[in-house]
Amino acid sequence: MSEYLSAYLNVAMFAVVAFCFVAILLGVSAVVRPKKENPVKLEPYECGMVPFGGAWSQFNVRFYVFALLFLIFDVEIAFLYPWATVFRELGITSLIEMLVFIFILLLGLVYAWKKGVLKWV
Amino acid sequence: MEEIKHDEQLLQTDTMDLNIGPHHPATHGVLRIVATLDGERIIKAVPYIGYLHRGVEKLCEDLTYMQITPHFDRTDYVSNINNELSYVMAVEKLAEIKVPERAEFLRVIMLELNRILNHLIWVGSFANDVGLFGTAFMYSFRDRDLIQRVMERVTGARVHYHYLTYGGVREEVHDDFEADVKKLADWIPGRVDEYEMLLEDNEVFRARTIGVGVLDKEEAINYGCSGPFLRSTGVPIDLRKLEPYSVYPLFDFDIPVGKNGDAFDRFKVRMNEMRESAKIIKQAIEGLPGGPIRAKVPRKIRLPKGEVYIRTENTKGEFGVYLVSDGGEKPYRLKLRSPSYTNLMYGSRVVEGMVLPDVVAVLASVDIVLGCIDR
Amino acid sequence: MGLLIGIGLALLVIVLVLTHIIVFIWCELKIFAHIMDRYGPIETGKFHGVLQPFADVLKLMNKEDTVPGASDRLIFKVAPFVVFVPAFMAIGAIPLSATLVVINLDIGAFYIIALSAFTFVGMIMAGWSSFNKYSLLGAFRAAGQLLSYELPFGLTIAGVAMMASSLNLITIVNKQVVPNAFIQPIGFLVFVIAAEAELSRSPFDIPHAESEIIAGYHIEYSGMRWALFYLAEYVSLIILCSMTALLFLGGFKGPILPPPVWFLLKVYVLFFILAWIRITFPRVRPDQLMDLGWKVLLPASLLNIVLTASIIILLPDIWPVALAVTEFTIVIATLIYLGRTRR
Repeated sequence: MSEYLSAYLNVAMFAVVAFCFVAILLGVSAVVRPKKENPVKLEPYECGMVPFGGAWSQFNVRFYVFALLFLIFDVEIAFLYPWATVFRELGITSLIEMLVFIFILLLGLVYAWKKGVLKWV
Repeated sequence: MEEIKHDEQLLQTDTMDLNIGPHHPATHGVLRIVATLDGERIIKAVPYIGYLHRGVEKLCEDLTYMQITPHFDRTDYVSNINNELSYVMAVEKLAEIKVPERAEFLRVIMLELNRILNHLIWVGSFANDVGLFGTAFMYSFRDRDLIQRVMERVTGARVHYHYLTYGGVREEVHDDFEADVKKLADWIPGRVDEYEMLLEDNEVFRARTIGVGVLDKEEAINYGCSGPFLRSTGVPIDLRKLEPYSVYPLFDFDIPVGKNGDAFDRFKVRMNEMRESAKIIKQAIEGLPGGPIRAKVPRKIRLPKGEVYIRTENTKGEFGVYLVSDGGEKPYRLKLRSPSYTNLMYGSRVVEGMVLPDVVAVLASVDIVLGCIDR
Repeated sequence: MGLLIGIGLALLVIVLVLTHIIVFIWCELKIFAHIMDRYGPIETGKFHGVLQPFADVLKLMNKEDTVPGASDRLIFKVAPFVVFVPAFMAIGAIPLSATLVVINLDIGAFYIIALSAFTFVGMIMAGWSSFNKYSLLGAFRAAGQLLSYELPFGLTIAGVAMMASSLNLITIVNKQVVPNAFIQPIGFLVFVIAAEAELSRSPFDIPHAESEIIAGYHIEYSGMRWALFYLAEYVSLIILCSMTALLFLGGFKGPILPPPVWFLLKVYVLFFILAWIRITFPRVRPDQLMDLGWKVLLPASLLNIVLTASIIILLPDIWPVALAVTEFTIVIATLIYLGRTRR
């Protein structure tokens, strides 16, 4: 097997070992720990009061705007990585191309900023 | 380019009702706030109090005047001696007792030490609530301990001192008292500098407190706020200057005030108050006269028929005692006016429209003790 | 055969990592205690409480593990796995020296950030499935924070990759004659701040802010399941300290001492600085955090890339010096400006 593939085999082994480690920890704990459940104990914690309604409401979450922006920039990073390793050989043309690319994305960021969506609350 | 307004959003979202407290790390005891959240913004906050109600006022109607004093230690349990003062002054006024000068001086020293204790515990828990976990809190407890040691040698207790009594103070001080207190008075300003170094110069602390929880001067007065909470807006109301009692007129001290009325100003006001307290203590210990520490008063007294309202500057503001006597051995009615209560009522109005972290910071900056609010 | 070696190596790494986590926890307890002017654990294990972490593990083992009645049980139980497994997978790619590495990938740096991004999926799963409002708030905060800081984090790594022309961590270290922190101070500062936020440690411990949302996304977890979140946090701490050391501080390179010792030394110094920061700064607000991430760190990291690329192409002979001078000038000018305009 090639060296290249064996590195990824190690990755798989790491996943398996980590999974087994967690499973064993939880298993051992399951044997040792007590189990005395009662309805009050199983209530969600809301500062000691009986909760009003449930937690799964159509809540005003703000992170989805950030998640959308994140996607765009994460794609940018994915493009940047291969370019970053080889841009010396490609020379000045690739530099200008990448500068244009970054500039366009920066424009997007400025637009989002001015539009006021970069606000957490 | 116009900003996207919330109500223009296509996706309509629900608000969420959330219990903050009574069992929450940042509510200083058992305050419960029912908050209506839209995202993380609080659109409505209703404080529910009474989880620590012990019926102190009713209880006092069945106790003799001597037995009542320790209950005042336990209402606001971090400014004990300050609370006792309002009560003993009320009794003294009705019974027309003249307090010896030495007792007055000792009272002032203990009152101001107690004020420093309160502000120290406040700065620790305030730092905890804005997220500096533990450091300032531990420092404040370290410093409190050194002050408490001196107070313990005088009163025999570390928290519930029960030091004042009508006619004077309960115990004569120990021989090293003057040296001990002088040392404390010299050492406190340095400690205050240390807190300022840790917090005031801290960029994150400034970001969290400057411009946060700005109080309206008029509103605050209308709500009946007092103490450092009100003074942070720039209103120089301090009963020690306004209606001087005890021997406060003899001492030279300033009333620190803030400018903007935000949480940062409240921090600064309290820090400076500690410095002023140290100044008062120093003057008082240098001018400490000799003589008796208690006027000749019987242990069991009958007050003449009448009523009296005494207010003094507590560590948190105006602490009042309304005492009605029907001529018996026990009060007919005793009513407390708690500064924490009024301050909290305005504080919980101010937080509406803020985000959750700011709510915690502002409520912490009010300085409440639930024992005093619920009584 | 390769399979067995792989498993053996993974087991070895897990033992090593756990050992270091135990040392980290004890060190942290002691550092915090001494900064706070107290002793910290002193009784357990006779010598300065060295056995305290073990005692904690035993206690957590014995704690009852409740699953809230109304929760989504499957997701609730899977979440600790999702948090821990990727974090542990990432740690295999960290080289202790030029030859001591378990997973030597050409895209080592990329592999690590790809896996560390997984953590927030576990956090959202935990927060959502708990059926608790506080944990829900914590999960949303975690999602926003970790997503936003992934960007400056990734972009600064790209800046380092440009200087080394490689994403292989060993190559990156070998190409550093002077530690990268002195050539790319902007990149270094952005990276450290972003790493701190990715770890969600104070002053960025917003997803589990004690005084606001109590414990955030893991509020309903107890016992061993909670311990796994804790463990994953420390694994991430090791990863990010190691990454900082490798990318910016010359990794395992150093005179006299053998490479692994140098590497661990740098990791421990970084760990100490992070612990120090954690105990002296209050917590920032979520909106301030977002502002910092999107309006300061993201443009700064883009600037870092643009500067690096332009200077390398335009001044191919003296680029390290030119880059260092430019970036240091910008950093110092910014600091002076901030000092002047301080409220």
